[in-house]
Amino acid sequence: MKILVCISNVPDTTTKIRFKDDNTAFDTTGVQWIINPWDELALTRAIELKETSGEAIEKITVVSVGPKTAEPTIRKALAIGADDAIRIDAEPKDAYFVAAQLAVVAKDYDIVLNGIEACDYNGSAVGGMLSEFLEYPSVSAVSKLEIENGEIKVSREIDGGTEVLTTQLPFVAIVQKGIAKEPRIPSMRGIMMARKKPLNIVEAVEAEVLTEFESFELPPAKAACKMVDAENVKELVDLLHNEAKVI
Amino acid sequence: MSVLVYTENWDGKFKKVSFELVSYANEIAKKLNTETVVVSIGDVAKDELKKLGGYGAVKIINVNDEKLKTLANQPYAKVISQVAEKEDAKVVIFAHNNTGKAVAPRVSVKLKAGLVTGVASLPSNYDPFTVSKKAFTGKAFANVKVNSDVKIITLFQNSFKLIETDNKVNIEDFNVEIADGDFKTKVEQVNKVTGKLLLTDAEIVVSGGRGMKSPENWGPLEELAELLGAATACSRPVSDEEWRSHDEHVGQTGKIIAPNLYFALGISGAIQHLGGVSSSKHIVAINTDKDAPIFEAADYGIVGDVQKILPELNAAIKEMKEAEN
Ligand SMILES: Cc1cc2nc3c(=O)[nH]c(=O)nc-3n(C[C@H](O)[C@H](O)[C@H](O)COP(=O)(O)OP(=O)(O)OC[C@H]3O[C@@H](n4cnc5c(N)ncnc54)[C@H](O)[C@@H]3O)c2cc1C
Ligand SMILES: Nc1ncnc2c1ncn2[C@@H]1O[C@H](COP(=O)(O)O)[C@@H](O)[C@H]1O
Repeated sequence: MKILVCISNVPDTTTKIRFKDDNTAFDTTGVQWIINPWDELALTRAIELKETSGEAIEKITVVSVGPKTAEPTIRKALAIGADDAIRIDAEPKDAYFVAAQLAVVAKDYDIVLNGIEACDYNGSAVGGMLSEFLEYPSVSAVSKLEIENGEIKVSREIDGGTEVLTTQLPFVAIVQKGIAKEPRIPSMRGIMMARKKPLNIVEAVEAEVLTEFESFELPPAKAACKMVDAENVKELVDLLHNEAKVI
Repeated sequence: MSVLVYTENWDGKFKKVSFELVSYANEIAKKLNTETVVVSIGDVAKDELKKLGGYGAVKIINVNDEKLKTLANQPYAKVISQVAEKEDAKVVIFAHNNTGKAVAPRVSVKLKAGLVTGVASLPSNYDPFTVSKKAFTGKAFANVKVNSDVKIITLFQNSFKLIETDNKVNIEDFNVEIADGDFKTKVEQVNKVTGKLLLTDAEIVVSGGRGMKSPENWGPLEELAELLGAATACSRPVSDEEWRSHDEHVGQTGKIIAPNLYFALGISGAIQHLGGVSSSKHIVAINTDKDAPIFEAADYGIVGDVQKILPELNAAIKEMKEAEN
């Protein structure tokens, strides 16, 4: 079995968000780039499966659609433990475009892992679109992924509980919290080895772009917090009841 | 032409979000001079289906097939796409929840329809079709222009108010073309949460952080939730340390919620935490540290020890409730 992990290169979760060019573009000045946290957990789970499932998993590949500037993030995925990497050389314009690119590579894999959302534009879209391009089954909001006697077992969250499913291969898993406990941190050896692992660059294919970001806005500034004295808790109840009218 | 809504049922009943979706769709339908059609999948009684008419639906496409009892992304997308084509839908609307996120992207590819997820307001423009979505985990909004003929939106729960109308609604049974071979995943086990208010459905959420100090201290927090008919939540370290169950974890890597009222008790207000709760309409923070970042996100705050304040707060709420009666 071969596993493909789709990774998105995103701003660190603590980034202060600013826009430029009349609020039409994200200002990347001084931004630290990371592997999207969900993708990092997906990769961690893939490595755990490879370690524990005997010979069942031959190879883990990571793939990212992005320009050359995404390479340090891809190298980090190699340092964490992916066997090889692919960069599809294109600006990730919209989810439809990105999924169409990924589909070209993903058709050679049995298990394709995506994160539930990228923490830049919070699309929650690429994994599902990719599965439809491939005409593979998909399971979304996956919190557990196991291989038992060659059979795939996944748990997913529904709106009001969880379900356990089995699935045929190939398939796409769109993962969320629970898939792995903590992301793996690259070891010194991992970092050294990552330099020698293959990072293949693939040309983009023609694909349509269906949506465009026109402009961005920051949320309106919040009014200052109304402070209530700790000795006067009743006043808080009064404010919530009479002013905010929420209790 | 139509605006199509997919409404999900739970054991044959619609939740409030379904009515929000229909209200939202109907506002768009009015702007496009067309009508709102709903597709419902599952075993829902006629009386329950008719309720959707109360928010503007004129037609319900009722798909009741034993094979579609549990969510299967691929066949569901197939069915909804078939209905969208049959009804000549120009806009298709889903909830921004686990089901919507699972199915809408697949429908997007089937219909070659531009998808905008995480929407909380009506389109700002219809030609070109432009709608605002949340981005950077609540830290910004992006205005997205959709260039395709058909558009798909996933709408956040609790972001659009209910608008009642009294439409006459037609219910049409629809037999879909699905084969056993379309089902490549199989649900082996379902564990539904019962008897507990779901975090993502709750209008009030009471949440505790590391400042609660130990899992034994949650009694007064649960009492507050009980008093207000609220759901309980927690910060990530609290669920990591297993003081509370994982499904209570809110934030960037947990659940994203937008209740009317959110209590942050002993929570510092880290950016990743706020990512999951900053869309709450009102936030109350109780924290010993007056400089905790949570006070920048909060509407009401008390600087003080949550152990001491919670019992007083509970007593004051009881008193208020008694005075009301
Ligand atoms: C990639 C990434 C993703 C993350 N995702 C999430 C997420 O989804 N959700 C999340 O919550 N976190 C997330 N985090 C972690 C986040 O950065 C914070 O570490 C976490 O939110 C802190 O939790 P806390 O507020 O409970 O604890 P702390 O930061 O330790 O804060 C405890 C607070 O309690 C106060 N306090 C102490 N004693 C009392 C008392 N007696 N009465 C009242 N107040 C008291 C303190 O002043 C302090 O402000 C993420 C981090 C990363 C790097
Ligand atoms: N540019 C990209 N390259 C590779 N994978 C991506 C890219 N963008 C998104 N993904 C994958 O799709 C998931 C969801 O992203 P999104 O739909 O953008 O929220 C991410 O967690 C990644 O697994």
